[in-house]
Order: sequence, then C-alpha cells, then structure tokens
Amino acid sequence: MVDFHAPSTVREALEILGAGGAAFVAGGTDFYPALRDGPVKTDVIGLGRIGELKGVEKTAEGWSIGAGAAWTDIVKAPLPACFDGLKLAAREIGSIQIQNAGTVAGNLCNASPAADGVPPLLTLNAGVELASVSGRRVLPLDEFILGVRKTALRPGEMMTRILIPPQPGAAQSAFKKLGTRKYLVISTVMAAVMIEPRADGRIAGARIAAGACSPVALRLPALEGALLGAEITPGALAARVKPEHLAPLSPISDVRGSAEYRMAAAAEIIRRTLAACCKGADA
Amino acid sequence: MTRTPVTLNVNGRTRNADIRPAERLSEVLRDGLGVLDVKIGCNAGDCGACTVLLDGEPVCACLVPAGALNGAAVETLSGLTETEPVTKKLADSFLRFGAAQCGICTPGMIVAATALLRRSKTPSESETADALGGVLCRCTGYRKIIDAVMHADETPPAPAAEARGRIGESAARVDGAGKVTGTEKFGDDAAPEGCLVVRVVRSPHSHAEFSFGDLEKYIAETPGLRFVLTAADVPGVNRFGVIPGYNDQPVFAETKVRFRGEAVAAVAGEADAVQSLDLADFPVTWRELPSAASAHDALADGAPRIHEDKADNVLCRGGVKRGDAEGAMKNAHITAEGDFQTSFVEHAYIEPEAGFARRTGDRIEIHACTQAPYMDLDNMAEIMGLAKENVRIAPTGVGGGFGAKLDISVQPYAAIAAWKSGEPARITYTRTESMQSTTKRHPASIRAAIGADENGKITAVDFKAVMNTGAYASWGPTVTNRIPVHASGPYYVENYRCEAQAVYTNGPPAGAFRGFAVPQAAVAQESLFDDLALALNIDRLAFRRLNALENGQPTVTGQIFERGVGIGACFDALAPAWKRALDDAAAFNAAAEASGSPLRRGAGVAAGWYGCGNTSMANPSTIKAGVRADGVLVLHQGAVDIGQGSNTVIAQIFAAALGVPLGQVTIVGGDTDITPDAGKTSASRQTFVSGNAARLSGQTLRAQITQAANVSPDAEISFGAAEIHLKDGGVEKTLGLAARAADGEGYVFRAEETYDPPAGPLDENGQGEPYAQFGYAAQIAELNVDTVLGTVELVKFTAAHDVGKVINPVLAEGQIHGGIAQGAGMALTEEYLPGRTENLHDYLIPTIGDMPPVETLIVEVADPHGPYGAKGLGEHALVPTAPAVLNAVRHACGARITEIPATPERILTAMRRAAG
Repeated sequence: MVDFHAPSTVREALEILGAGGAAFVAGGTDFYPALRDGPVKTDVIGLGRIGELKGVEKTAEGWSIGAGAAWTDIVKAPLPACFDGLKLAAREIGSIQIQNAGTVAGNLCNASPAADGVPPLLTLNAGVELASVSGRRVLPLDEFILGVRKTALRPGEMMTRILIPPQPGAAQSAFKKLGTRKYLVISTVMAAVMIEPRADGRIAGARIAAGACSPVALRLPALEGALLGAEITPGALAARVKPEHLAPLSPISDVRGSAEYRMAAAAEIIRRTLAACCKGADA
Repeated sequence: MTRTPVTLNVNGRTRNADIRPAERLSEVLRDGLGVLDVKIGCNAGDCGACTVLLDGEPVCACLVPAGALNGAAVETLSGLTETEPVTKKLADSFLRFGAAQCGICTPGMIVAATALLRRSKTPSESETADALGGVLCRCTGYRKIIDAVMHADETPPAPAAEARGRIGESAARVDGAGKVTGTEKFGDDAAPEGCLVVRVVRSPHSHAEFSFGDLEKYIAETPGLRFVLTAADVPGVNRFGVIPGYNDQPVFAETKVRFRGEAVAAVAGEADAVQSLDLADFPVTWRELPSAASAHDALADGAPRIHEDKADNVLCRGGVKRGDAEGAMKNAHITAEGDFQTSFVEHAYIEPEAGFARRTGDRIEIHACTQAPYMDLDNMAEIMGLAKENVRIAPTGVGGGFGAKLDISVQPYAAIAAWKSGEPARITYTRTESMQSTTKRHPASIRAAIGADENGKITAVDFKAVMNTGAYASWGPTVTNRIPVHASGPYYVENYRCEAQAVYTNGPPAGAFRGFAVPQAAVAQESLFDDLALALNIDRLAFRRLNALENGQPTVTGQIFERGVGIGACFDALAPAWKRALDDAAAFNAAAEASGSPLRRGAGVAAGWYGCGNTSMANPSTIKAGVRADGVLVLHQGAVDIGQGSNTVIAQIFAAALGVPLGQVTIVGGDTDITPDAGKTSASRQTFVSGNAARLSGQTLRAQITQAANVSPDAEISFGAAEIHLKDGGVEKTLGLAARAADGEGYVFRAEETYDPPAGPLDENGQGEPYAQFGYAAQIAELNVDTVLGTVELVKFTAAHDVGKVINPVLAEGQIHGGIAQGAGMALTEEYLPGRTENLHDYLIPTIGDMPPVETLIVEVADPHGPYGAKGLGEHALVPTAPAVLNAVRHACGARITEIPATPERILTAMRRAAG
C-alpha cells in the first residue's frame, strides 16, 4: 500500500525519504503525466508545504532558486539582464498553468533532453544543492544531469536549491525555442546565450548552450571561443557560427524532427538567439 | 485503499474529503466533492480543461496533489459564477460572441480568463492568448473566444425589443447557459453516486493472438474487483458497426487483436479498487503477428491477412466514371499529376468518451455522449440480445464529436457490466484510450492527373484513391463512395474517372471525420489545380472561377442542379480579398528580401463542395412537437447538438415555421424514449434534413392551431398560460387549452413530421443523384513561411461559404472558424501514429496562438430543397482549408507539398526539390 506524505520541512522530508524509494512531487507537471494510465506505485512525498524551498533570492554568493520555486516565480522575480534567457524560457514552458505549478528544480530532476530550463541555467553556470540526512553537497549542473532521465541524485537525497554564482556585470542573455505550435509545445531545438561585452562593444565572453539536441543539453565551448572579440551585431555573430562548433551535439530523430533537421535548426536557432542578445536588436 | 482526510478551501467554503494517496485535485473536486464544472480532458496538463484558480492563479487541477495543499483557496467556474463579477461578464460575453460551442473547454477558458481580467479589464490580443494558451478548444477555432475575452468588459448592446430568433438572426445558443456556467452534464457528469466502475483492458500490439490466464484467480486476488468481462459475456452478438452488412468490429476481441488499443476484456468493481489497478498486470499473454501499418503494406504480396474472409485485405471499392477520361487526358493541352499522402488524423475533442448504464427490469438504459442515439440503439440491441424497445439511449451533453462519436465506444462496456450486475455502471475513457481506440480520419494515398486545354478549361480528371480504413470497416464504405463523387471538386468536368478502395490494415479503425475523406481528395485536386494555373500563367482564383460548376451543368455523377450552385458566387466574393492578399504578399516579400528576413508570405486559394446527407440512401429525420394544456410549446429535438448548434438552429426553424418567437420553444432532448429519430449528427445534414422536418412540424402545428381557432392560416400566434392568443388582421382571439383533450403525452396539439431528402442510387458507372443538395465553399489562406526553419505562421483566412440561407450567422461563423482550425491542423501538424502520438502533447492540435483572424463571407444562393433555402455547413468549413494552406506555402516558398502534415522538415525538403 502506498502512502502520501506532505512534510513541512526539508528535514522531515528527508526523514520520510530515508534510504530512498519514494517519489517527490512538487508542481506535479512531470509526476502525473508520467503515470500515464497507471496507478501510483511508490510512496509519494509532496513538497508543496515546505516553506524553506520557496523563493528566488539574491544571496552573498549570487542567487538562490529554491527547489519549490515555480517558473512564474522566476518570471516575477527582479533579476538582472543575465537572467533574461531564463525568464524567456520560463515564459515558453507549457502554459501559464504549467508555469504556475511546475518548478525549476523539478525540470532539472526530471532530466528530459528537452527540459527548457537546462540551457539557460548552463549559461548561468548554475549549480545544484542536494541534501540528505547526512548533509548537503553542491554539484555543477553539468555534473548533475547525467543522461536521459538520469541524474546524480543518490538514494536518500533531494534537491533543495539551484545556485547561481555572480555574473559578469553587463552580461546580456537570451533564449529561443523551436516548436511546432505556439503554446503547450515540447522543444524541437532550443538555445540559450549569454554574452558579456567589452568596453569596445566586442565580446569579452560568451556562453552558449543547446537543448533537445543531445541526451543532456550542452554548452558549446568551441563556439564560445570563436565568438571572443566578435563585434556584437547580429550579422557579425551569426557569421562566426560554423557547423564544426556543433560537433558535440548528437540529436535523435523523433516525432518532432529528424536528427538532420535538428542539427540544421540548432545552428539557425543559435544564430537567432545570438541576434536577440544584441542590445537594441529585435528579440 | 487507505484514504486520508483533508480540508480544502473550495469556492470560499471549507470542504472535507477523504482522499487517496497522491490523488489529483481534479479527482477530489469531481469525485469527492461533486464539483463537476471542473472537466478532465487529458490528465496530463495538456488541455487545460480542468483549470482552476489556486490562490488566484490558474493551474491544471489534474496536476495538483490535493494532499499537499496548505489551505490554498481553490476557485472553480461554479464558485466564480456566483461571486465574481468578471466571471459573470465573461459568461455573458461568451454567449454573445458564440465563444462556447460544445462547452467542454468553456469552464477552463472562463476560469483562465477570469485570472486575466482580474488584472486587466481590457487585455490585448497577445495578453489574452498568453492567458488562455494552456486551454485547448477543438470546436471554435479560438477567435470568438479571443473576442469574448477582450470585449467582456464592454456593455453589451441592448437586445432588440423583439429578438425573436428569426431566420437570419444570431440568437444566442438556447442551451448556452449551462455551458458558460459549467452546469451542463457531459458524459462523465451524469452517473449517479456509487456506480460500479468499468475499465477496458487493451492490446499493446497492433496485431496479435492472445489468451487469458486464470481470470478467476485474478478476480479473487484483486480486492474490490467484482468481475471481468470478455467476449464470452456479450449477451447478444459480439459485433458492431455503422453500416448494415459491415458490422465487423467485436466489442471484445475473441482470439486475435487487429490494432493497438483494441479491447480484449474489461474489469468492473468498486471505484477505488478499479481506478488504482495497474492493467499491465491483467493476466493475458500475447503472441505478436506480423502487421500491416499502411494500405501499401496491406496490399503487398504476402501481406498479413487481417480478416479471415478478406484474402486481399480490401474492404470495398467505389467509383464514378463519366465521359472518356483516358482519351481526354491524352488529348489535353496540358496535364498535371501527382501522388499525395495524408495521415491518420485524430478528432481530439476535449471530452473523452464517457457514460453510464443501468438496468431497469428487462431494459437497459445508456447515458453517454453520442452523435447518433438511434444508431447506438440499433447496435446495442444486437449486442445485448434485446428487442429495440428494451434499449433506451439518453444522450448526455457531448463535448465535441466531429464524426468519431457516431460509432459506439463506451456504451457496450457499461451496459454489459450493468446488465450482469444489476447495478449502475460507469466508464470514462482516458485520453490515451480515446485516441487509441476510437476512429480516425482515413489516411489517403492518392494518384491523380488533371488535364486542361490552352485556355485553362479542365478537360479530364483521373483519380485513384487508396484509403487506409484500419482494422475494422466503420465508415470505410461511405468514404469509398464519397471520394469518387467529390474528387472533381465543385467544378465542371466532362471526362472523369475516379476509383477508390478502402483497405484493411492494423491501424486504428478509420471512420467519419468532418468531410468523410472529401478533404483528402481536395488536397490532391486543388494542388493539381495550382500546378495547372501556374503552368498556364493564369491567376489561381481566375482559373478556378473559369472552371466553377454552374447551374444547369452536370456534376461528375451526371446530376444537374438547375438552381442553387453557389461556388461561382463564393469565388466572386473572394476576389477583393484575393487581390489584397496577393498585393500584401508581394509587398511583404519585397521588404523581407530587402531586410534579409527569412520569412516569405504566401497566399493560397482552394475550394470545396460537400453533398449534404447520406450518399444515395434514405436519410429521414423526424421532428415532433406539441402544445401542452398549460400552454407550453415543446419541441422534441432529436438532432443531437454536439456543439454545432442544432438545438438552436432546429428550434429557430421550427419557431419560424410556426410563427412564434424562439423564446417560446421548450426543448426536450434526443432521448430515444421520448424523441423520434432525427438521424445522426453527421454529413452536414441536420440543418438541411432535420431542419426541414422541423419546418414541416411547425407548419403542421400552425395549421392545426389556426384551424382550431378558425382564423386564417397566417394569423399571428403566441402562447400564454393555458391559452393561445391569435391575431388575424384586426381580429384577436384566445384559444383556451385547459378544456381540450390531451393525448397520452399531455399534448393538446401535436405534430410529427418526417423529411427525407430526394436522392437515389448510382448506376454501375456511379451516375445518378446521390444528394439533394451540395454546399459550396472557397477559402484563402495567408501565411508566412520561415524559409530557413521551415515553420509556418498563419496570418489570415478569408472564407466564402455558400450556406443557401443563413439561419444563425454567429453559429454559422463558429462552424467555419472551427472547421478552418481543424483543417489547418490537418495541413500542418496533426498526425496520429499508434504508440507515438497517443496524447495531446505529442499529437498537436492548434492552440489559441496558432489561429489567425478569419474573415467570413456568407454567401446565400438559395437551395430549392433546403429549409428557407438553407444548406449544410459543418463539413464544408474544413474541406478547402488544407489545400488552401498548402497552396499558400507553395506561393510563399516554392515548396510543393504532397504529404501532410506539412512539417517544417517536409517544407524544407520540398523547397530544395523546387530549387532543383
């Protein structure tokens, strides 16, 4: 017989979790659809009542997104321009209903290749805080998501926060998603970009991530390197995107698009996201 | 089952419920607390029908674990309707704008819109779309919803002093109040408390033999499970179907399944127990067989045999032949030809099939969503082994149908369970079950050629269509007859040959879907028309106008309509919009080229026609009406309203014929115990056929009343308490009713009239008069193609529809908008793939952000047979849309699309092909 628990603190949740085996449900936007037509088969821990998981806040070390923070909390939070990409991703997730319920942390723990939150968080060099009864540890996001539906969460662990380190002051960011309809759509391809301008208006640093083009969304270091020193105009940035920069990507073919289409679309979406990052450009 | 008490704050009241572990808020609200205005369409956050406000913010109740709520305020439509002024305004506005059709998505829409309007009374279109983007609607095409929300805060114009709902007046839907307040009872809302719950065990394979394990042991070891039903439990004949002689689908497969999702057994028992079963544990073993997914596979040498008695897997053939198509093609100045492929398309109404059944002595009563109560009755009598008078079909509200709720679905499972147990039994399909097991639009493989002379006159059409009819016949024979009759389009074609066959495969049964395969034929024919117009350098609209069928010209079946052919008038109505669209495209593209934008604008035009009613068969409707001694006028309206508006339109026609205001008509519904057979809601026949029966009934009633009162036949009639007032010129009379003898139903006057449209059988060449009337349509699609990504953004539709005589303009526009939205989905995104797109996040119907404005041009070329000249409209709305979209894509970027949906990838591939 399965049980449902609704703890009020992280400690309580971890005690219920014990050695593992229970499922967490926060916003429910992945948990319930994954049941398909089947019953709940494990104990379930609802996180909705845990106050300490709520909120998006500025901290001494950067920013902290509580594991209970929903996408709408990101949209509403006063955050600098380097978070624009994350906010754009938040607005494109599912629908208002999904954004009001679904959490950023849940998006990471669900570890879908098409998770809209991952590319922008990769460009923010995000880390995740994982808690167990024996303590807390922090992992960089790219060491947390290991594969399709696979994470570094150990039995007895839960995600408590997403940690964003301080960002370059003038950084601009953007996000674009390619899907086959306007709302309620899973990404075929997506890209997140952050660029840091030099005093002369050229690129001092760039972070680029592509999603839905590999088992886990990836940063593209070769492209990031190639963009250094580029003039920050849509044309100049687009010209620096070369097919070889996308070599780390390994898209699959599915109902949303073939591998070949995804690869070609990824380059274009990255170019357009770069263009959207140029100050004053039409997003 | 352990249940845990929770306290919820629902609609301002504290409510206590005992809930199952991790139970969804939607289930707690509906099952535990009886808040039935919260609708369940998908249980996955994909449709938004269950939208409620949680502390003022919209969420999908199906994704909220009720047990983790911490005193949050839950608001639903029924509560908001009582207390929230914004919601009341929205309800009025939805009625005024015709923004609710079937009404199943309406609670979700109005709740989501309430959250928006609380923040902003006059939202912009994009704010409205963002706020409602999470709620899917399959009926309206969204534009009227957008209008209703954006204008909800405006003071409505005062109703005309004498709003009588006359012919041509946009009377508000007579059944609208229940839709906009959430009180209408749909299939899953009607069951009494404490029913047995039934679920169906389905095949995961498309073709397999199977055998059961120890069912007795399974029942004994599963607490709360009362019994299992299999083919052995079917009391009558384990077969059903929609066409006499083609009843080939079993209620339960016996030894072999022929499609993924086919029923093999059902479980019944207490709600908690049955709902928490994992049906993957059901004791059944499968032996997979080679399967044929497509018609091509099924026709190949060595293809698996799907039905024992059909060695070649061919269900049936149809054809029409006129003149010498082959010879004329050889002699044509120019020809165009092509191969076209369409996909399985899912109806995707937001209401999954649901209902309940109960046994009353020797009778079975079935309350379920349906488009065809009397066809259900016939099928259920056979399945139950009962005389027809012992079966009662009482339709619930229908949350969309579009053709798939013509065939029976849940009915036998609930009925057999209720019959066996003596207890009422309910069943509700999940979204995935609904998608897997109910009918689809037929995939068509079409090879067609069209020849023309140097002036652009069509001289020959040669057309071959192979239809994938899936595992069972359903409407395959109808589709096979419809295609040859319609594949010429509404054009004059002297030399014509069309052969069609329906082929069994291991796909889902393909049945009726808005247009019965005429839309698939139009894709091929209208694409080839563009080939010819482009090759001849003739304007694409002018080319069509040149070939448009005229009064007095024979159709491809040799039928001659001396009056009522309205396609030319549709093209003429489009002409100004066409010129503007071409100019806009040219200007847009010049600017895009100059700025380096990858977008290109295109405009496409296409036409369609559709014969209203059954093909070459009797197709009667009967409408009964009566006046009670208390002066209440009752209309027995059996033309099931699945959202298209027959409750209103049939009542308007009846009221007009009787000569009373619409408001004086009281409607009783399509319950087979009390309402005669008005036929099925399909084939765009209700306004035409049932409308005529209503007109006749109204006239008969008028004659009886005026005779009884001894006034002239055109005296004014109005109903009062136990009396009828008559005004005949200057003379006023009152006819008392109390003293008149009432019949067994309490009527002092009654009329019951039948109308059967004049149509006849076709000869061996398909020549004859298959329909008494056709309706006509032509549409322009404007869109932008992203030439790098292959994506399409729809910009505008202009739709000219010859409806003969419009009965209710707002409802007619609603049909057109909704048909266009479905046609656009068919053209661009929708493809049902068993095992892959069995939910509403992989199967993509248009959202509110995908539907552009629609300009509707109502054309009225009166039909000699139609009531007040009216023609059918439902299917016509969709027929031209997909080819208009494809032709616009081609105009934009050169991509000639021959396989739909036109995915971005297919568009890019076709662009490369066109560029050589």
